Amino acid sequence: MCGIVGLFIKDTKLEPRLGELTSVMLSTMCERGPDSAGFAVYGPAHEGNAKITLQAPNPDAHFAGLTTAISKVIGAEASLERKSTHAVLSVPADKLQAAREALRSGHPELRIMSSGEAIEIYKEVGYPTQVAGQFDLAKMQGSHAIGHTRMATESAVTTMGAHPFSTGPDQCLVHNGSLSNHHNLRRELVRDGMSFETDNDTEVAAAYISWRIKQGLNLGEALQKSLDDLDGFFTFVVGTKNGFGVLRDPIACKPAVMAETDQYVAFGSEYRALAGLPGIDSARIWEPEPATVYFWER
Amino acid sequence: MRTIDLASTSLRELNELLHKQTAGTNETQWEILNPKGMHAVAAGVDAPLNIDIKGSVGYYVAGMNKQANIVVHGSAGPGAAENMMSGKVVVKGDVSQYAGATGRGGMLVVEGNASSRCGISMKGIDIVVKGNIGHMSAFMAQTGNLVVFGDAGDALGDSIYEARLFVRGNVKSLGADCIEKEMRDEHLALIDGLLHRAGLNGVRPNEFRRYGSARKLYNFNIDNADAY
Repeated sequence: MCGIVGLFIKDTKLEPRLGELTSVMLSTMCERGPDSAGFAVYGPAHEGNAKITLQAPNPDAHFAGLTTAISKVIGAEASLERKSTHAVLSVPADKLQAAREALRSGHPELRIMSSGEAIEIYKEVGYPTQVAGQFDLAKMQGSHAIGHTRMATESAVTTMGAHPFSTGPDQCLVHNGSLSNHHNLRRELVRDGMSFETDNDTEVAAAYISWRIKQGLNLGEALQKSLDDLDGFFTFVVGTKNGFGVLRDPIACKPAVMAETDQYVAFGSEYRALAGLPGIDSARIWEPEPATVYFWER
Repeated sequence: MRTIDLASTSLRELNELLHKQTAGTNETQWEILNPKGMHAVAAGVDAPLNIDIKGSVGYYVAGMNKQANIVVHGSAGPGAAENMMSGKVVVKGDVSQYAGATGRGGMLVVEGNASSRCGISMKGIDIVVKGNIGHMSAFMAQTGNLVVFGDAGDALGDSIYEARLFVRGNVKSLGADCIEKEMRDEHLALIDGLLHRAGLNGVRPNEFRRYGSARKLYNFNIDNADAY
């Protein structure tokens, strides 16, 4: 099964409520994915600043002294804001790659959830409402958010197996379904320089999109190409720094419903996820067509 | 009239109450408030009730319905009126996948659009859709009638048996063993009756085209292997 929710805000007045609304949406999708949950929040970006969201198996020990260590290696000031098992490391944008390398080599116990100017990803094993509460999702603000509740089919129930998957700067993807050609595709992507953290099929889809974006395609074009190259069942919701995309496979078994008002575009695996949104009674509500790319940018 | 507010009454309590109603019940008028996309609202009813659901519902609304007239004043998720036996279900908005699937009797009226697999494996139900229907509709449809005011998606009537399909708009493609057939007077009369029962007017029976089985795939024949 799995449940997906997504909210892309068009009217900036609604941005302070992004976390609150996403949290309500996510809580309606617990039965669809009680194993684990995760969400990507695109918060306010600060010019010249980049963020890396980290997860630590033993946060007290692993986050202690991290800021100083990273600052020293990259030769610039870093700061750390901890949220439960995760923490957001902020560094100057031009030091992002250096910081990632420093984390990889000096702190292999830390897992990198996401990096970019706006994105923060939080995900854990546990019941979705508990996971959302653990990270205080309801208090988060920003322009768009994508959440996922997981019922695992293709790989183990672990933190890293939870969605969203991020395989490029400010990019993320969540998936309901299962891919059947992910092993082959993974080999091809690895040959072309992409790297993987898990055996999960969804991570391959995420990396595929990142690989296409790297080639210069926009999100809509990358999604269009994926229809030729991905085999299996999928409903995807994808985020970039300023974009939000939706795609279903040509069979379109995996449910999807969308709503749009002047204030937002919202996605839910079911209408239940949308029922609590402001102005939903007068929203345009539709089921996304199979094999049709939808994407919004601002 | 009984009014049940799903904001304060559980879905299970509602469905238990509805299941307790029998043929001679005096409580025939029901109104259900705040469904907010819940699943299986008014599923399994077996009594001549009139049930108004005020809002949009999730999976399996009015599933297995017998005898009841159920109106959804909103849209419905996957499997609306799945396996209906008798009675009538009207959805004022859109329905998601496999509406009316496996239905054996009664009538499903969709005033908006239906998505993929509408009427899949239908076995006697009559389905009238005022809008369009999605791909793979009436897949393996056995008996009953599907009337569509708008367009049909890909692979309409794939592997169809004896159900009759009437489409007023365009058919994107026909599935294996489904062909267009001649409209005879009996079919015009049939559509007229269905529209009357559905309470819909504004279209004429002769605006529809008929599709049904070429009857080539009923039994396996090696000469037809490419068509499977």
